[in-house]
Amino acid sequence: MSLLVVDDLDVRHGLLQAVRKVSFEVGEGETVALVGANGAGKTTLLRAIAGSHKPAGGRIMFEGADITGASAHRRVHAGVALVPEGRRLFPELTVEENLMVAGEVRRSGPWNIDTVMEAFPILKPLRKKRAANLSGGEQQANAIGRALMTNPRLLLLDEVSLGLAPVAVEGVYRSLHTLIGGGSTIILVEQDLSRALKVATRIICMLEGRLVLEGPVDRLARREITEAYFGLGRARLQEVEA
Amino acid sequence: MTFVNALIQGIMLGGFYALLACGLSLLFGVMRIINLAHGALAVLGAFLAWAVVDKTGLSPFIALAPILAIMFGVGYALQRGMLERSIRAGELIPLLTTFGLAIVIENVLLATFSPDVRSLGGTAGIVTTMSWRVTRQVSISALGVLILVVAVAVLGGLHLFLTRTRYGRAMRATAQDADTAELVGINSRAVYARAAGIATATAGLAGVFLAIRAVVGPLSGPAQLIFAFEAVVIGGFGSLWGTLVGGLILGVAQTMGALINPQYTNLAGHLVFLAVIAFRSGGILAGREANA
Repeated sequence: MSLLVVDDLDVRHGLLQAVRKVSFEVGEGETVALVGANGAGKTTLLRAIAGSHKPAGGRIMFEGADITGASAHRRVHAGVALVPEGRRLFPELTVEENLMVAGEVRRSGPWNIDTVMEAFPILKPLRKKRAANLSGGEQQANAIGRALMTNPRLLLLDEVSLGLAPVAVEGVYRSLHTLIGGGSTIILVEQDLSRALKVATRIICMLEGRLVLEGPVDRLARREITEAYFGLGRARLQEVEA
Repeated sequence: MTFVNALIQGIMLGGFYALLACGLSLLFGVMRIINLAHGALAVLGAFLAWAVVDKTGLSPFIALAPILAIMFGVGYALQRGMLERSIRAGELIPLLTTFGLAIVIENVLLATFSPDVRSLGGTAGIVTTMSWRVTRQVSISALGVLILVVAVAVLGGLHLFLTRTRYGRAMRATAQDADTAELVGINSRAVYARAAGIATATAGLAGVFLAIRAVVGPLSGPAQLIFAFEAVVIGGFGSLWGTLVGGLILGVAQTMGALINPQYTNLAGHLVFLAVIAFRSGGILAGREANA
């Protein structure tokens, strides 16, 4: 049985339909890269799965239960955690407090403050520092650690490398490799296609709110993904029709 | 020496203002709403206490226990039933709804208890009459000290609650970013309702002390709201320690004004309030403390 089933999902921002009739499934232990150009609807899709954005239509099933109408905090308790775009740490809380608020979910699992500190050693000397005073890379580590504190079965990562120094990106991805190796189920949004291809087992490509390409990384050609990413395939089709 | 006396009386009066203001400060800090019914809720607490004392003959200090619980429930229910909806409707709507709520509370009190003013002073025992004479012109009343101690204890307790407990951390997280708080498993609606409950309970506490140290009538709320509001603004909105400082400054300003001429009591307080708005709009502690 799939861990997550997204079925015919429609999500709107007012009049703008950001996600159109998207359906896909994610199995336990998979690492899915959600790729697509800016404005393709990736962030909105993740936010809808996490529950911060109520969908206009369709269904979201998690562990076989319909969570479409569940509030975000209930989904966290059920085992869905989102690392939001832009980190969104609680700026006036310390690094440790940011982890502690999420730890109150008290789901059983391997993650607690000590194991998060082990996975992200850069956080160790920063425990008592306010999150607002961290660098981008430190904030991202704190944000991922915060999501892990809820011991999620499904981890959603939105643009983890956006706005980070290349060194910091390396650090974040090194830690992610440990997570992926540990069998966590992850959906990650990543602008950098080659990086996404390196970590993911499966690719989902979105274009203008639609799911345009989906498949295991090892069976998709890079050109195929790039074309779907920029919508070139469709452009060529239109050329032929014209 | 009269100056020293005015200063001491001002500090004790300021303790009362700080106690009155802390709920207003907390609600603003957590939810960014200004509760215009805060004064009316304080008066409601005072009348509930008066009713309990009148019926049972208990000391108002014992009657406080059920009153605080009831007021917490009132605040919790107000948040879930009314404020939550009005916050969703836009920034200005909570001002209107709490203003309306204040009018409703005032009129219910008028209809139930008549317009007579009441006091719990006569039933509160020796604390209302006891005082220490320091010099010929300076005396310290036991009640003033008690209120100041309670105010510091409540504000300190709230501070510890916010920084040291899981509910407090969840409240600070929600205050900073409610959307993200939900994403780490915090039920923000419940957090808001708890904050409203605590704020309303402290309003009730202040109301009971108001009735012990003076008299209250059904329409005493707005004046108290103004003092509470001034204390919060002087100290800086949303900062609990700022609220304590703001209350003390307001109290001292009033007693100093009274020293010049008793008619200047409130005027002096208002002038300090206006001066803070004009010259230091973030409050006296601006920039020192970023959140509650």
